[in-house]
Amino acid sequence: MEKKNLICINCPMGCRIEVTEEGGKLKVTGNSCKRGELYAISEITNPVRIVTTSLFVNDGVHPTVSVKTSREIPKKMIFKCMEKLSAITVDAPVKIGDVIVKDILNTGADIVATRNVDLRFAI
Amino acid sequence: MHRDLVIIGGGPAGLAAAIKAREEGIDDILVIERDIELGGILKQCIHNGFGLHIFGEQLTGPEYAQKFIDKLLELGIEYKCDTMVLNITDNKKVTAVNTKDGVIEIQAKAIILSMGCRERPRGALNIPGSRPAGIFTAGTAQRFVNMEGYKIGEKIVILGSGDIGLIMARRLTLEGSQVKMVLEIMPYSSGLKRNIMQCLDDFGIPLLLNHTVVKIHGKERVGGVTIAKVDANRKPIPETFRYVECDTLLLSVGLIPENELSKNAGIVLDKVTGGPRVNESMETSVEGIFACGNVVQVHDLVDNVTKESYLAGLGAAKYIKGTAGNGGREIETYGRNGVRYVVPQKIRLDDMGDEVNLFLRVDNIYKDVYLSVSDGGKTIYKVKKRIVAPGEMESVRLKKDSILNMENDKLFVELIR
Ligand SMILES: Cc1cc2nc3c(=O)[nH]c(=O)nc-3n(C[C@H](O)[C@H](O)[C@H](O)COP(=O)(O)OP(=O)(O)OC[C@H]3O[C@@H](n4cnc5c(N)ncnc54)[C@H](O)[C@@H]3O)c2cc1C
Repeated sequence: MEKKNLICINCPMGCRIEVTEEGGKLKVTGNSCKRGELYAISEITNPVRIVTTSLFVNDGVHPTVSVKTSREIPKKMIFKCMEKLSAITVDAPVKIGDVIVKDILNTGADIVATRNVDLRFAI
Repeated sequence: MHRDLVIIGGGPAGLAAAIKAREEGIDDILVIERDIELGGILKQCIHNGFGLHIFGEQLTGPEYAQKFIDKLLELGIEYKCDTMVLNITDNKKVTAVNTKDGVIEIQAKAIILSMGCRERPRGALNIPGSRPAGIFTAGTAQRFVNMEGYKIGEKIVILGSGDIGLIMARRLTLEGSQVKMVLEIMPYSSGLKRNIMQCLDDFGIPLLLNHTVVKIHGKERVGGVTIAKVDANRKPIPETFRYVECDTLLLSVGLIPENELSKNAGIVLDKVTGGPRVNESMETSVEGIFACGNVVQVHDLVDNVTKESYLAGLGAAKYIKGTAGNGGREIETYGRNGVRYVVPQKIRLDDMGDEVNLFLRVDNIYKDVYLSVSDGGKTIYKVKKRIVAPGEMESVRLKKDSILNMENDKLFVELIR
């Protein structure tokens, strides 16, 4: 592994951390506390993120509904996840917590609604 | 129409204040919101990271807002959406308008101002160039993309590294736009580290510190911008001028408390925060008019908005019930030596609880300093800070006992190196 530079996000110090590999072991430098080391190792070995976005809604009082992954997914799958979601339209009504896609891309994470969108009645 | 309490603005500040006032026994409350729904700016902040302090979990903006909306409904608090407050007077008469009721006049016993803040637009920056389409404030872009479902541009340059700009850099990238760079005129970003990492570094978007936009090009639509490095006095250096092709420019250059209504009522504003000067109960200079949230000072964490708003709700409830103290000894707070401002600006010893929370912002990045509170001579509180930055609000909790024996009626909050 070549060396990687990170900025720690745990506190406002924002330590510049360098991670290198030595004989199969990760070496973390530049951190000023333990939390920095743990963060760096998880970032290097398995970076994960919550993905949030909006989907179009049919017949809703709003044109979109905001959604999130119910848990973090691997960082490298973010764009794949977005691509998959771009093809999806939801029918109103939608309630907070509704599962819109189950187990997206076999990540174990569901796509859930993060807001309510009521049905729009034709006048 | 008469009401005990009128709350102007149904964002997180107004909602929390309403809930607290009801819990304190005020029944006759009306929340007025100009948008078609409650929740304020949170409705467009669809990313997660809200409520870590209050709920211990990472909620998205709409989820955080809904918790308070549900509570408001459960308590049966009356609200009017799609209704704009046009004016308030110092004797607490509120004028509002909507399409159903027309113009409404409400005589309130107490008012809580919770109108939030607004973004500094292009006009506040004086960037030369033409007036093409494709220039947005970051918050407007956020609403268009997250709530209305529009794509706002293909090639985007962001000016200003405030949190909303950083978050939009990620959002637009995910939506398939190319965010070319984020420019920041200061030598440091005003955004949170977390956002720089997860919104820029994750996607390889460069952050150019000490840089600004000196010209906007394009007639119908933005065609590009000229950017430049700035010197120590923030003056653009001509040798560094560079043209960057783009069709969209996003501005994320700061927020200003929304205070037109406050001005009309003759409320005294603080020159630094831009919001009303308030006391320990979040009461403004006009008796019975309280304020909370971004209308008082621009917060970076909504949890702090909620806490501050509970104070305002409590203060208004006491005022209406006539159980507020008589003020007693009054202490003014001042920021100096690196501390730009302190909220509240006034503490009345008879009305404060067992302790008071002072919020403050510093004027630069400082490492290894002491944050100190003194009466000019005696130090009342001192804490070591490894780092303080303008982008992160600091707070100090003072016990009543510690200020009772102050020699002066002035409290100085400052940095000591
Ligand atoms: C664009 C933007 C993005 C932000 N993103 C984040 C973020 O990601 N994370 C974070 O922690 N904080 C964020 N903030 C900070 C955020 O403002 C606060 O966390 C919080 O939402 C402030 O709450 P508030 O109730 O004071 O203001 P707001 O949420 O702005 O609510 C004010 C309400 O008052 C209403 N109002 C104003 N004037 C009138 C009137 N005359 N009559 C009737 N109603 C009126 C408005 O419509 C609005 O609903 C953001 C702020 C902005 C402006």
